[in-house]
Amino acid sequence: MPFLGRLTWADIPFDNPIEMGAVVFMGLVVAAVLGVVTYYRAWGYLWKEWITSVDHKRIGVMYIVLALVMLLRGFSDAIMMRTQQAMAFDNHPGYLPPGHYDQIFSAHGVIMIFFMAMPFMIGLMNIAVPLQIGARDVAFPFLNSISFWLTAVSVGLVNLSLAIGEFAKTGWLAYPPLSELQFSPGVGVDYYIWSLQISGIGTLLTGINFFVTILKMRCPGMTYMKMPVFVWTALCTNVLIMAAFPILTVTLALLTLDRYLGMHFFTNDLGGNQMMYVNLIWAWGHPEVYILILPAFGVFSEVVPTFSRKPLFGYASMVMATVAITFLSFVVWLHHFFTMGSGADVNAFFGITTMIIAIPTGVKIFNWLFTIFRGRVEFSTPILWTLGFMVTFTIGGMTGVMLAVPGADFVLHNSLFLIAHFHNVIIGGVVFGYLAGLAYWFPKAFGFKLNETWGKRAFWFWLVGFYVAFMPLYVLGFLGMTRRMNHYDNPAWTPWLEIACAGALLIMCGIICQVVQIYVSIRDRKNNIDLTGDPWNGRTLEWSVSSPPPFYNFAKTPVVHALDALEDLKTRGIVQQRDEAYEDIHMPRNTPAGFMIAVAAAVMGFALIWHIWWMAALGVLAGIATLIWRTCDDDIDYWVPASEVARIEGEHLERVEAGRATVPGRLFEVAGE
Amino acid sequence: MKTKIKGLLWHSLRPGLPPGLLLAGLALPLGGCQMGVLDPAGAVGSAEKDLIITSTLLMLIVVVPVIVMTLLFAWRYRATNTNATYAPTWSHSVKIEVIVWAVPLTIVAILAVLTWVTTHALDPYRPLTAKAKPLEVQVVALDWKWLFVYPDLGIATVNQLTLPVGTPLDFKITSDSVMNSFFVPQLGSQIYAMAGMQTQDHLIANRPGTYQGLSANFSGDGFADMHFVVDAVSPAKFEAWVKSTRAGHSPLDAKVFRAVEEPSAKVPPTLYSSVQPDLFNDIIAKYQGKAQGFHSAMKED
Repeated sequence: MPFLGRLTWADIPFDNPIEMGAVVFMGLVVAAVLGVVTYYRAWGYLWKEWITSVDHKRIGVMYIVLALVMLLRGFSDAIMMRTQQAMAFDNHPGYLPPGHYDQIFSAHGVIMIFFMAMPFMIGLMNIAVPLQIGARDVAFPFLNSISFWLTAVSVGLVNLSLAIGEFAKTGWLAYPPLSELQFSPGVGVDYYIWSLQISGIGTLLTGINFFVTILKMRCPGMTYMKMPVFVWTALCTNVLIMAAFPILTVTLALLTLDRYLGMHFFTNDLGGNQMMYVNLIWAWGHPEVYILILPAFGVFSEVVPTFSRKPLFGYASMVMATVAITFLSFVVWLHHFFTMGSGADVNAFFGITTMIIAIPTGVKIFNWLFTIFRGRVEFSTPILWTLGFMVTFTIGGMTGVMLAVPGADFVLHNSLFLIAHFHNVIIGGVVFGYLAGLAYWFPKAFGFKLNETWGKRAFWFWLVGFYVAFMPLYVLGFLGMTRRMNHYDNPAWTPWLEIACAGALLIMCGIICQVVQIYVSIRDRKNNIDLTGDPWNGRTLEWSVSSPPPFYNFAKTPVVHALDALEDLKTRGIVQQRDEAYEDIHMPRNTPAGFMIAVAAAVMGFALIWHIWWMAALGVLAGIATLIWRTCDDDIDYWVPASEVARIEGEHLERVEAGRATVPGRLFEVAGE
Repeated sequence: MKTKIKGLLWHSLRPGLPPGLLLAGLALPLGGCQMGVLDPAGAVGSAEKDLIITSTLLMLIVVVPVIVMTLLFAWRYRATNTNATYAPTWSHSVKIEVIVWAVPLTIVAILAVLTWVTTHALDPYRPLTAKAKPLEVQVVALDWKWLFVYPDLGIATVNQLTLPVGTPLDFKITSDSVMNSFFVPQLGSQIYAMAGMQTQDHLIANRPGTYQGLSANFSGDGFADMHFVVDAVSPAKFEAWVKSTRAGHSPLDAKVFRAVEEPSAKVPPTLYSSVQPDLFNDIIAKYQGKAQGFHSAMKED
């Protein structure tokens, strides 16, 4: 048995200039980051304050940084696909041969869903949920650290596949039998399996963590019907994560058994059943899209009232609609394969359940509309994303219902119409929602606002770019073009693909604007500083503490008497006083265990991908050893003395005083009186 | 056949309204499009096109007002417009709540009825009824080409599907490799092709012409070229084509099939004068091994 399993020098794509270029570029970026950290001697700071941190706010920031970096990676894949299809007409081969192109569209889907959208969503939950429910941290801070690092190392594995070996050439759901050893003998599918398995465990732990946090750690007075809608959507999303992710884990485990131990769960022969995989993967996959969209709905439900200066219209309806969607999301999975030969009764049933989801979703849209109605709408970046969402998502919802009609799906299934539809709801819903959330909570996390001018430019490029890039795909679906084509010979398709490519370039301008926005915002942070902790005149508890919040979040646990708890306090004129009596605060200690367990998991994953069995055993043992060491560690918490709390809060109140002169806001008018 | 599907579709919903009216009213931006699902050449495809248009129009009843209201409300209630009414604490209205639940509910209820009826009418497994005797075609997805066997005529083709116009087509579909999807956009419904199983599709070509067929489910490196030519011809021409195929080409025996089966892409349309008996069933059977019970395809007859 060779020392390094299947791994040889031939697995590094020296002969492929595009892949090597990407590898060199990635290497340079990593080297530059390491260089900067070393230059500023920030290793100690990074280790103590971030890598070992169990603070939900820090972990949230790291999740979002990871998501934004993966947005760039996933978008690079997208632009390569769009240029390839714009070039590869009339049987011109384009610049990407099928084997490479197939990896790109597979990686694009996997990265955008698992390593862009999921970390972005979990990052926003991390930043906002504990603050919104008046908690000092999540229920299990150490698990939170493990969750993040398991996700981060999985990102590492996926990107490593670019430099060493290959990625899956099967599409983002790796349908067997194509993903079986017989048809995909390389390491691509194994990279897919292990990166999803490792990050999937992290996601499942997050689901449990936030579920318990929301159930058990709400501050006194915050009954279920006084929870902010974002917390409601987070609760439902985490229920879905707990119910759905184990299905993904088991499905991939069965595929792993097929590939590693020669079993036949999904193979063509010896009793394998590929239809079972398709059912199982979508039994996870459909709830997954609601896992992504519900928190986006939550963000919009926070943004619209704040910037309309008005409570959310129909809170109870909104909650009911969210819960209804949560349940319904589990009874629609078959609409992903009406064309697999089910009978008319089954197809019609799943088509109708799918349409029923449009009812609560429609109610939500109307509720946001009537929140704007008779409001005072300030057109800041978060509300622009929201309005862009409301228009775009409505169109995406309509095309979704069209696809839910089996008779229509029979001709639109797997076509570019489908691609246009789900990008319509994922970009128009999920991405716009998370970007609204980013702009909304950024000042809370960092203490200064994002630059509005560049934010608005980014929004307009994204919005127009989206329509230019994806409306042609609807047309192409009607013209009979299917997804995942490397080249084609139908001249009627070419102009539409060229327009779509131009749209992708516009979206690229939007992304560039966002990079500039972050740079400019950091450069000019003094001008956008948030001294008060309440830059938007917010309505919920996260805006009652400083920006960034102290590590313990709340000096005193808040007591809630109404929905929109902070708005209630403002109305009643209750503000933080200088002479509050503080108590000692119990906090968890930072720990490197989460990071170390994840690194061990990554070593195991890499070793399993390459069949380096000794190394896999080493990874497993290291992970278990770390866990045992952590379990035996009694020194996992400490007390912050009341005097320290008083000092930190005193400094915050001084900043608020300073801010009063420059930043108008109701909170400070009341405070000053 | 045509009237049957159309009848079910239209009379269940809008008795007396000619379907063409809506179509004519809808200024399709794709008017001149060739080879798409909006340019159907058969009754199934036509019914599916009508269904797409009907469901779109139904939904536009709610989608257009929502978009207009979004833009209108946002503009009217902009912070700088101090003339607009401001209701800083208003957050509930039973009347509005009833309407916002009722409107989508009504539309979805109508769509649900439409869905139930059309899903049964357009069930790909449902044999079509027409005067002409149905023609059975066995379809096998290979890496990366399509094998068509005409069991009653004793001929076979690769990447070439010649059909008589006006004849119901009974497709029996399987795969000798990974999952594919058998799809002729201008004829209508696609169905997956899966190894060890048989799926079915029932289509008809009502208009003579040459159409493109393809795989609609990604199947590996040669997927992009996994096309086939569909020639819908008059019954007389079809008979002539069958005769010339029988006369002027070589047979598809076991040896030739083993060569055809090897992965290859961009295979030009090829005709075979005869075909090994039971080839299609043998291809299904070879995957069934000992565990036959697990393999029975849905609704196999």
